Amino acid sequence: MSDKYTQFVSHGLGRDIAKRLGLPQPVALRRYQPGRPLIDGPVLVQGSTGGADELAATLLAWNLDVRRHAIPKEKLGAIILVLDELAHPGDLEKPVLSAATSLRDLAPNGRVITMSRTADSATEPAAAAARQGVDGLLRSLAKELRAGATGNGIVLADGARTTSPGTLGALRFFLSGRSAFVDGQFLTVSSGAGQLPEDVEKPLAGKVAVVTGAARGIGAAIARTLYRDGATLILVDIPAAGDHLAEVANEVHGTALQLDISRIDAGQRIIDHAAARHGRLDIVIHNAGITRDKLLANMDAGRWNSVIAVNIAAQLRINEALLASEQFRDSPRIVSVASTSGIAGNRGQTNYAASKAGVIGMVRATAPLIGERGGSINAVAPGFIETEMTARIPFATREVARRLNSLQQGGQPGDVAEAIAFLASDAAGGISGEVLRVCGQNLVGA
Amino acid sequence: MSVNGPSVPRPQPAAASTAATSAAGAAAGKTLAVGATSTQLRKAVVVGGNRIPFARTGGAYTKSSNQDMLTAALDGLIARFGLQDERIGEVAAGAVLKHSRDFNLTREAVLGSALSAETPAYDLQQACATGLETVLGLANKIKLGQIDSAIAAGVDSASDAPIAVSEGLREVLLDLNRAKTVSRKLQVLSRLRPKDLAPDAPNTGEPRTGLSMGEHQALTTAQWKITREAQDELAFNSHRNLAAAYDAGFFDDLLTPYRGLSRDSNLRADTSLEKLATLKPVFGKNLGAEATMTAGNSTPLTDGASTVLLASEEWADAHDLPKLATVVDGEAAAVDFVHGKDGLLMAPAFAVPRLLARHNLTLADFDFFEIHEAFAGTVLSTLAAWEDEEFGRTRLGLDGAFGSIDPTKLNVNGSSLAAGHPFAATGGRIVASLAKMLHTQGQVNGRPARGLVSICAAGGQGVVAILEAL
Repeated sequence: MSDKYTQFVSHGLGRDIAKRLGLPQPVALRRYQPGRPLIDGPVLVQGSTGGADELAATLLAWNLDVRRHAIPKEKLGAIILVLDELAHPGDLEKPVLSAATSLRDLAPNGRVITMSRTADSATEPAAAAARQGVDGLLRSLAKELRAGATGNGIVLADGARTTSPGTLGALRFFLSGRSAFVDGQFLTVSSGAGQLPEDVEKPLAGKVAVVTGAARGIGAAIARTLYRDGATLILVDIPAAGDHLAEVANEVHGTALQLDISRIDAGQRIIDHAAARHGRLDIVIHNAGITRDKLLANMDAGRWNSVIAVNIAAQLRINEALLASEQFRDSPRIVSVASTSGIAGNRGQTNYAASKAGVIGMVRATAPLIGERGGSINAVAPGFIETEMTARIPFATREVARRLNSLQQGGQPGDVAEAIAFLASDAAGGISGEVLRVCGQNLVGA
Repeated sequence: MSVNGPSVPRPQPAAASTAATSAAGAAAGKTLAVGATSTQLRKAVVVGGNRIPFARTGGAYTKSSNQDMLTAALDGLIARFGLQDERIGEVAAGAVLKHSRDFNLTREAVLGSALSAETPAYDLQQACATGLETVLGLANKIKLGQIDSAIAAGVDSASDAPIAVSEGLREVLLDLNRAKTVSRKLQVLSRLRPKDLAPDAPNTGEPRTGLSMGEHQALTTAQWKITREAQDELAFNSHRNLAAAYDAGFFDDLLTPYRGLSRDSNLRADTSLEKLATLKPVFGKNLGAEATMTAGNSTPLTDGASTVLLASEEWADAHDLPKLATVVDGEAAAVDFVHGKDGLLMAPAFAVPRLLARHNLTLADFDFFEIHEAFAGTVLSTLAAWEDEEFGRTRLGLDGAFGSIDPTKLNVNGSSLAAGHPFAATGGRIVASLAKMLHTQGQVNGRPARGLVSICAAGGQGVVAILEAL
């Protein structure tokens, strides 16, 4: 699963050749490591609103090196563009063009983060236009950034402020190496709910989390990441994958629950296991999924039904059990793994894309239901991730697929896991019903 | 008391017993004092178990050593119950076919597992009863308060079996090592003969009779007039029950896949009585009588490992772990097969009546019978002996037959004929499965569901045990 091309063009001769030929020049991304600073270099907070002032004060309290005005030629770790009071598209000019003069000073693996308001909630057409304008601005800017730098946006609903827990949680996520492969994406903070962790390195301390499909690949990476973040783990996979599951469980000091999630009683079995062993259940990560690819013209009932059963019907049934359970009432969090195939479509994957688009629909509709008990549900949609599964794609196809994004490389299973760990944390409590793509801003799809 | 054989105290059946047992009338019989000390003993409970699927020898585990398989079975157990870095009171395991380098097999497996390296371990060997004997020994330690938690285990590989050098070569090599001069060394070497170079492979023959276990059982099977049809039916039921148990997900929390295997490779879910009837007899072909024992109604050589997590109630509670069943008691017996007094594998026929008498129980007081299927003939001969009035009177010292069992309670989730029989691993397979069945059953007629385990072993031995639901 190593990306030899990225290694080759990162140094000496390879770097020169790639530059001369105009070939893609992916860089090694900055990824989160406990103990490392949130971000290297000063953070420029651009914007003159009260929200910007409050945010700058908060970042100062985090001991970040905050700038309200850029110092020419000084390398910046991040630029935060606060656009929370836009009334007209004309209001974009001043803050955006000011930020523009600093873009060349953005360090490799730097961050540009916009903070704006939801267009849907604007009453004036001009305000809606300005707010929606941020969408196009940020997505285009993200495509212009180079050297591992990313651009992402935080969108505030009426109930959220620039310093709400959800806003700050999302900001920390986007600033940090946890979001290495998230690019050109928005997260909407819908309320002031949520809570920043006491220990930023153990945001899931005291939480009991279930991860399905945890025996290998992205599921195993999720287990390792949640464990690193302090969670106690229950790992679920089909009985036939039990040997790999046991290995992962022993690595992360969790328990292995061999269970086919498409069984009718799977939800109750999970709840019972959590209640008996841990007396609680806080987080459920629906990661288990299968592919049975075939062009629709050649699709048979077996392929179609098994994908629907495992990838979406099982999640719906388990969620129903969870939402009916007394064990799942204390700020419960659900995170589902969707797929960019479910957003943009993928040839040969009608069944898979239907199931994964279904996950997105389920997440949106479940948000108000779980919100009633103070919880949240979100989805993460991975793009091209370097796994055993994608390693089996023929070389040329794989090489094209992994370059077709703004970061010009495939993501790691850990990148998906980081996004999931964030959405499973109380810091993301104000974020619900969202779909976060972890795709390096794939050129395909939305 | 009979002077003819291992005698048993007569059971005092419970008042409600309407047992299909002719021992039911022996109310005035003599019983051992039970409970005098047991009130001071703690309970030893079965928390759960884990095994790897059993593989026919020469199959999926050909390249796996006993240590590999035992470590894998332990790691699956650790993962199931979250025992990483836990210091378990003691781990006991054994193997029947054992390399001399594996003198500390269990401890080495513990060191290779995710358990705390400070977990002590010992090896134990009692032929096919090894696995059950580790359960009983460790359960006793828990009852006495010596330890709070334990893992009982067993493993065997007939694929990776040890091969020894011949006795002649061994003596020469040892003398060679002691020889100091070149001429003396040459002198020693000159004693070597070509026949000394032939390796000494292990076999299942009994050292004192030279007969294989199958040939021994063929004698017993013929003695008790067990038919081919009855043996084939028992084998068929074993496969059918085991396949159904897999399909129902029964083994989802009892087994962890290993080396690409997620079910026992000996299991033939599609077997039929017709197919079994076509197999040619392999044992007892020279007995004069019709030979009835085939590869279908005998267990094949098998590789595999099993583990059982035992604990005091307090330890299980403190670790938020399930309590499936208690290990009530156990009993070992041995028979004089050398002089032909009893069949090689008939010791459980004596051990069970003795154990039940100690607890004032009859066969009718049990809800599950787990009688190890070394051969279909072994199970059927044992049952026949218990139903035989003459045997009951002369060999068990009872007034009549010991009793009979309800066949629908026998090996309900399959047994060794279908699963296979990696010698020392069979006890752990049975105890973990039975504990789960008992727990699921819960109460029967206002008392905890009760199960009987019976395992015969080489050397004319047998170990049996009682488990009760929690």
